[in-house]
Amino acid sequence: MSHPNVSRRSVLAAAGTGLSLSIAGCAGDGGGDGPTVGILEDRSGNFQLNGTSKWQATRLAIEEINEDGGLLGEEIEIVDPDPQSDNSRYQDLTERLILQDEVDALWAGYSSATREAIRPIINDHEQLYFYTTQYEGGVCDNTIFAVGSTARQQLGIVTPYLADEYGDDIYIIAADYNFGQLSGDWVNVLAQENDYNIVGEEYIPLEETDFSSVINRIQDEDPDFIMSMLVGANHENFYDQRATAGMEDIPIGTSTTMAQGHEHIRYDPPALTNVYAGVSYMEELGDEREGGTFVDDFYDRFEDANYLNQEAQNNYFSVYLWAEAVEEAGTFDQEAVIEVLEEGQDISAPSGELTLDGATHHMEHEMRVARADENHEISFDGQRRIEPTFLREEVEDGAGCDLTTEDRTTQYEPNDVYDV
Amino acid sequence: MIPATVLPSQVYSLIAFLFQFLDSFGFIVLATVGLAIIFGMMGVINLAHGEFILIGVYGTALPFHAGVPLPLAMVMGVVVTVVFGVIVERTIVHRFYDRLLDSMVATWGLALIISQLLLIIFGSSLDSISTPMGNVGYGPFTSSIYRGIFLPGIALLVLAGLYVLFTRTEFGIKARATIEDPETARAMGIDTDRMYVSTFAIGSGLAGLTGALYAPALGSITPGRGSTFLIEAFVAVVVGGPSVIVGTLSASGLLSVFNATGSFFFGTFVGQMMMLVVAIVALRALPDGITGYVKQWRQRRRAEQ
Repeated sequence: MSHPNVSRRSVLAAAGTGLSLSIAGCAGDGGGDGPTVGILEDRSGNFQLNGTSKWQATRLAIEEINEDGGLLGEEIEIVDPDPQSDNSRYQDLTERLILQDEVDALWAGYSSATREAIRPIINDHEQLYFYTTQYEGGVCDNTIFAVGSTARQQLGIVTPYLADEYGDDIYIIAADYNFGQLSGDWVNVLAQENDYNIVGEEYIPLEETDFSSVINRIQDEDPDFIMSMLVGANHENFYDQRATAGMEDIPIGTSTTMAQGHEHIRYDPPALTNVYAGVSYMEELGDEREGGTFVDDFYDRFEDANYLNQEAQNNYFSVYLWAEAVEEAGTFDQEAVIEVLEEGQDISAPSGELTLDGATHHMEHEMRVARADENHEISFDGQRRIEPTFLREEVEDGAGCDLTTEDRTTQYEPNDVYDV
Repeated sequence: MIPATVLPSQVYSLIAFLFQFLDSFGFIVLATVGLAIIFGMMGVINLAHGEFILIGVYGTALPFHAGVPLPLAMVMGVVVTVVFGVIVERTIVHRFYDRLLDSMVATWGLALIISQLLLIIFGSSLDSISTPMGNVGYGPFTSSIYRGIFLPGIALLVLAGLYVLFTRTEFGIKARATIEDPETARAMGIDTDRMYVSTFAIGSGLAGLTGALYAPALGSITPGRGSTFLIEAFVAVVVGGPSVIVGTLSASGLLSVFNATGSFFFGTFVGQMMMLVVAIVALRALPDGITGYVKQWRQRRRAEQ
């Protein structure tokens, strides 16, 4: 075999760096005259497992409204290209949906990294945007409504629950990026407020699949429970390795597992045994509205759907939140709709009677602790209404974030307020 | 379980470290070996290597969930990947021998097609398979027998088997002759076409074997998991250098020692960093990889004599 000038190995080395490149592409359709809603949720790529049901639930809500006669007498058009879990594609598509399709409201993005990637574009165009994933919290932004539960709400329900039940020694493991780091900070805040001991803390790269050293370290420290904010397909491997290691008797509290990636269904018992998730919603909860048939409707419409996750429920009720505000404003004009939303809105959601806090653009959520038993059956306990207190009364030395009176495009972090 | 009083705790830590090393070593060898064969023997960079492994995973998981016992399902996973590899070689890859850059673009495209097809056909995920064989306990620790003993053992067997195949059998000699000088090989009566197909089939089969073995140790089974194996595989091939078997063995040993040491003492983040830093230093100091350096060193010594 002849050897060309380019050495094989140098090409191979270059290939490694090129792997992360992705193809830019274009898809979609033009804007119409009537009201248009943009949905950017991942149906392929790294986040498709969680993104697909978000996309489905958003469509379901809008189709229900259209079947019911539309909004202000008009049918809502949907523009929903697949952003493929790719942040640069998200940026292109966000710009296109705003400028070309002139969407009246936008639902977009699974990860916090995605939200931060498109937030400058949202700010430039003052686009009404609903971010629906549970997240680290703290976004105080004029046109953004973060309707998912925050770390303070999720960790705030599950951490004290486990400490009461099992003891005060906590071992933290979390994904090594903004969401995981800030969630870890929140567990530290809760530990300071309640005198818990953090006996170990590790932030794990998203690419890691081998947890043998993590498991040995946890065994060495022997905590009363673990707080896990692991994220993504690679990290799920931890739960299987935990079962292999015979550590099901050390309970795990989490804000990320089960309610999104439905690991309790995809993994055989006992992988998720004694995992306690702080959640606002899971499919197993059903529909808290009187006579509500959310779960059945969802599977009637999308027969092949895997799971109706917590995030999808947020997409669903926030479409209705928007629709009610449009009805009240009598127009699709975004500024007018935001003004109505900022008055504060009550909304009947499958997860319960919720309230949008106008000042902070965050929700008062009904939170509960979901536990998987040794057969991965889910039970709910400790239901409590938790308000968005971090933004409302903790930031800015207690003055809070009040978007009804001032313009803001910031994100507060726990260490702005606490010493963590 | 060994009672906790018998041995001092450092001994337990040392055993834990050893298992972590073996776990990492087995993973890197198995992730690398299929890529190394196809690259080292055929000069084709198979950017779809991760997806070939994924076909082994799906080929194992689907029959397993249909009720086939795990070992048999694993065999099916390997067979499926070999068949797939042969089809791909005959239709696509055979056009790209000696066209290094073209082969990369073609196999990259193939990778995108495979993972999207898996998504379309089988949906966003398959149910996971629990890791078999349980654990071994010592002092406060436990380690997975499957990941810490079985897989590294298989990895060593695979390398030994390849060594015998390529150095001790008629097939191996013909295959190497085909790679070294296809024209002379043809003149000597070797069916070089068949050699290329067979070598590619072996490389695919090894990728399939990796997929089959990791199907119950991978956790989630989604169409994007192919990339899980790619970083370690590329790094190990580059660090290992031109000799496929010794290169894979030495690079996997070196990288997993540093990976395990970093993970053991400082955490997984440092473990990954150390592995990549070692790869950079190795490439700077030994631009032809470990086996390339050894070869040069031998030649120099021979010249001196």
